[in-house]
Amino acid sequence: MSRIVRQLGLFFATALFVGALVVTAQAKDKVKVGFIGPLTGGVSVNGIGGRNSAELAVKLRNADAKATYEYELVVLDDECKPNVAVQVATKMAADKEIIAGATHYCSATAIATVDIYHKFGFPIIVWGAVLSDITYRNKYAEVHRVNGTMIDQNDVNAELISKLGFKTVAVIHDTTDYGKGHNAYFSKSLAKLGGKIVGTFGVTSDQQDFTAELTQVKALNPEVIYFGGLTPIGVRIRSQMDKLGIKAVFDGTSGIVSDAFIQGLGPLAEGALAFREGASTEKLPGGKFFLEKYAAQKYDNPPEAYGAFSYAAMDLILDSIEKVGPDRKKVIAELANVKDRDSIIGKITFDDHGQNTVALITKYVVQDAKFVEWEDSEYASGKRKLPGQK
Amino acid sequence: MDVGLLSQYIMNGLMLGMMYTLVAVGFTLFFGVLDIIKFSHGDVLTVGAFTGLATYIGLRSVGVSSTPLLLLAVLVVAILAMAALGMLIARYLVLPLRSAPALNTLLITLMLGTVLREMVRLFYPQGANPKPFPALLPTDSINLGQFNLRLDNAMMLATGVAIIVGLRLLLNRTKLGLAIRAVAQDEETARTMGINFTAVVLITFAIGSALAAIGGVMNGLYYNEINFGMGLLLGVIGFSAAIIGGLGNIYGAILGGFLFAALQTLGAVALPFASAYKDVFAFTVVIALMAWRPTGLIQEKISERV
Repeated sequence: MSRIVRQLGLFFATALFVGALVVTAQAKDKVKVGFIGPLTGGVSVNGIGGRNSAELAVKLRNADAKATYEYELVVLDDECKPNVAVQVATKMAADKEIIAGATHYCSATAIATVDIYHKFGFPIIVWGAVLSDITYRNKYAEVHRVNGTMIDQNDVNAELISKLGFKTVAVIHDTTDYGKGHNAYFSKSLAKLGGKIVGTFGVTSDQQDFTAELTQVKALNPEVIYFGGLTPIGVRIRSQMDKLGIKAVFDGTSGIVSDAFIQGLGPLAEGALAFREGASTEKLPGGKFFLEKYAAQKYDNPPEAYGAFSYAAMDLILDSIEKVGPDRKKVIAELANVKDRDSIIGKITFDDHGQNTVALITKYVVQDAKFVEWEDSEYASGKRKLPGQK
Repeated sequence: MDVGLLSQYIMNGLMLGMMYTLVAVGFTLFFGVLDIIKFSHGDVLTVGAFTGLATYIGLRSVGVSSTPLLLLAVLVVAILAMAALGMLIARYLVLPLRSAPALNTLLITLMLGTVLREMVRLFYPQGANPKPFPALLPTDSINLGQFNLRLDNAMMLATGVAIIVGLRLLLNRTKLGLAIRAVAQDEETARTMGINFTAVVLITFAIGSALAAIGGVMNGLYYNEINFGMGLLLGVIGFSAAIIGGLGNIYGAILGGFLFAALQTLGAVALPFASAYKDVFAFTVVIALMAWRPTGLIQEKISERV
């Protein structure tokens, strides 16, 4: 009896030993994860910053000896165009080897693709798009978002405008879902606070000449021009305001928080307002860590406003895969349980729509060619004044 | 509507019309001499604007700070470079396809346009971002009620008029103009009269592309911002303007350019619905005009040979 036990013991010990040898000799299993963002076109700086940040998360994970898998990042370009986004999203979701993805900066592309992700059962985390419908229109288990929605930022925006004593606002927005959403939420918030929208102008997102719209705005003589759209046409509108001698405050959204906005305008950017959910990257809990690691990679582009969110989204995906294995269904189940999870952007909690509850909105004003937090700016201290500020 | 506001709309429309006209005249010139449509024209304008910007940045970095000198250099370099580019396009892409169906030329220049556009985006430093274009003209302005008359706008408008008048004189009063008109009317007869056909075509492409360069720099000076995609819509609008005016006719191109700008301004101002539809409105009117006058508002005096 004891001999059998001993023999069995020896057998198992050998098996374990050999097995261990086999495991250490084998490379880690490869797992593919995806990233989608606008890598070409007018807002490509934001997309490339996001791509680099997601890549950074993957690189750091691969360098970690404790990681169970080796990750490969598949990057696709949605060009900030819904039609292109639908194609690349289908391509990514249909590739069964890709387990999950951090997707979309542009709201118009994110909203166009959520149904596809749902159909293919492909778990994604939106890293930059702010249209609230992306998470709230449907209740898709596959769709999550680490950054906040545009509702909150427009509430804060309207509040600041009213607090500064501005009463009349003209709205210019692009006619994509993104711009229309901004217009709707901002107008609603402002009306509640007693402000008045004197005119609303929808413009196309590749328009060059805004003089006709701005001349109408000029006749309406608003104190503030609210702009719901992205950097490229924001630059044009601000610069053409100056041409027509319009002195109103330029009040933007998270869509213009980008170095390209300041580079495109030079001194004219001064005094432009913008709002974004979450603290500025330097002030995030893991902001310093992130910026240091990012700088160490010597990327050509800065991470831009949403780089940290892209990193956090990708990191959360990798965490989930490490925990439950490379299986889409399990990853979806795991992401449903994300609550008070530590990340470089602070605690992440997904509500029942997969939306991270980010309460904090940061107000920005451009001061000396930089987006400065409103509270720290000379505009808030009264040293400088916005056009028409009492 | 008050007078100041109306003047402002008219000024906006005139500036827009001038830029469309400069593009449309190019389309009309090319069609005149070769009966082809060169779709890369709008992107040549973009390349011209970026060449001007690069010249400016280059000169500034070596210490040139005199504004008139900078402006002159920007214009001269952009014009010469685009004239050369236009000749290259004509020599190596358009002329070799003379005997092929016209559709091939249209396609090849359409693709060339994409290549030019993407090259600006990829090879110009951070070319995907909108670029600030320096204000090289005096920016003084007079405020007359709602009307903000800027000196630079007035100067650009005057320059545009001078260029078009100059082109008209060149075509009507010089030997070169005579040769261009002769080639436009009948290539073979022109050849038998001893006109160097290839040279005339190359020069015409140089002139047309130089106009695009001027249009590009003017665009930059007017908006103080240029981007790699600016030529796309300008090309389409310039082409439509040339068509509604009557392709092959300089006056037609001018009329078409200003008409299109007027339609856009009207669409943005007078129509009750969102101004986002101003292009839809303008192009719809263009379609209606073309249905009414298939050969353009100003018809060619000599009907096309079959």
